[in-house]
Amino acid sequence: MEARHKSMKAFGSELASPEVQLEIINRRNGFPSFDEKYKETGEEKLRAGKIEIMQVNLGKMCNQVCKHCHVDAGPDRKEIMTRETMELCLSALANSGIQTVDLTGGAPEMNPHFKWFVTEIKKMDKHIIVRSNLTILVTNGFEDYPEFLAGNKVEIVSSLPYYKASFTDRQRGSGVFEKSIKAMKILNGLGYGKENSGLIFNLVYNPVGAFLPPGQECLEKDYKRELAKNFGVVFNNLYTITNMPISRYLDYLLASGNYEEYMQKLVNAFNPEAARNVMCKYTLSIGWDGYLYDCDFNQMLELKVKTGNSRHIKDFDHHILEGREIITGQHCFGCTAGAGSSCGGETA
Amino acid sequence: MDTYYDPKDLKKFSEISEGAPELWKKFNDWYTEVFKEGALSEREKSLIALAVAHAVQCPYCIDAYTQACLEKGADLEQMTEAVHVASAIRGGASLVHGVQMKNVNQKLTM
Repeated sequence: MEARHKSMKAFGSELASPEVQLEIINRRNGFPSFDEKYKETGEEKLRAGKIEIMQVNLGKMCNQVCKHCHVDAGPDRKEIMTRETMELCLSALANSGIQTVDLTGGAPEMNPHFKWFVTEIKKMDKHIIVRSNLTILVTNGFEDYPEFLAGNKVEIVSSLPYYKASFTDRQRGSGVFEKSIKAMKILNGLGYGKENSGLIFNLVYNPVGAFLPPGQECLEKDYKRELAKNFGVVFNNLYTITNMPISRYLDYLLASGNYEEYMQKLVNAFNPEAARNVMCKYTLSIGWDGYLYDCDFNQMLELKVKTGNSRHIKDFDHHILEGREIITGQHCFGCTAGAGSSCGGETA
Repeated sequence: MDTYYDPKDLKKFSEISEGAPELWKKFNDWYTEVFKEGALSEREKSLIALAVAHAVQCPYCIDAYTQACLEKGADLEQMTEAVHVASAIRGGASLVHGVQMKNVNQKLTM
């Protein structure tokens, strides 16, 4: 598959449409439905519990165009959260017991109000996670961001699909691995990833192809050994994440003739224990325009939360949202395969 | 049948239990235990399996263990080196028999 330089939306790809994606992934093709399979957990329906994490998508703009991106992010995407919507998020935070705010994108740092938003959340004494693609931290105009993040004790979670350039650059673009190592060295220099520094730096592995991820613990040992030996860089934890069969990864699966077999793998690997701990039970996802979703994947499929009220952050009411029924589809098998998959890695 | 090998047959492997279910169970339990992490990691065991698969030239095993290697965190570089190890041993095993050839040659010739 050739390197991507623009989003599927910019190309006018039919698959950029959430409706088209849903039509494909919800064709059952002889597989059991996710809802039927979920009953193996002993629970009749997948429902949200207490909201512990507010995951805010600050926009779809990104300096990278990764082949597997479920957001279809890229430099051409202009959807960006406004400061007014951020203010609504802050009000919602003040009216809830949510302790963790997880900032994602695109490249969340590219939102012009990013620093202001982080500073305001910090004033509320919340734990902040930023999903940084690393290369943005060594891009012109963003060089002071590592220090800003360290100053606010922001936890950084970054994708690095392999501990070598080969796989990383094939998925994320030529030269990404080298720039990522450069950013990691800067972060390590500030104390990130080092014991007792209080600055947490976690990496994310996701498969570069149509296969499931390895066990987290085992791969973490390989990552730590190889990255320290070859590049002298350190990090705290490795999260292994399964690729979700939507957006660009769905495009890859279809184009490479791997779609059916991949779905079969996900269904065969359904793990009730992983399903009982899926992240939508405790995470609320907020889109760049303020609409609420059960997870970042449902957000990209434009499946807003199934509640009569409180479907936008301006109407946020945790009493209505907690206990809501989660909107499911065949893509949900991506979070329940094997040891499970979430923004925090394995769930089983 | 167009060919002796059909990729779909790999999924039927467990059907071999029908003739001797107890033996299949014993094989399966032992096989599962062998591939668990021990002194060697699961990734290392998968790479060994991939090398052996090439040595015994089993297309089912090559298919299964290429996937297994990827799913245990190996990359193309590691898998290719494993195949070279298998090939080197196969090549070396042929070549070392040249000693026998030399022995016979020495005995029979002046």
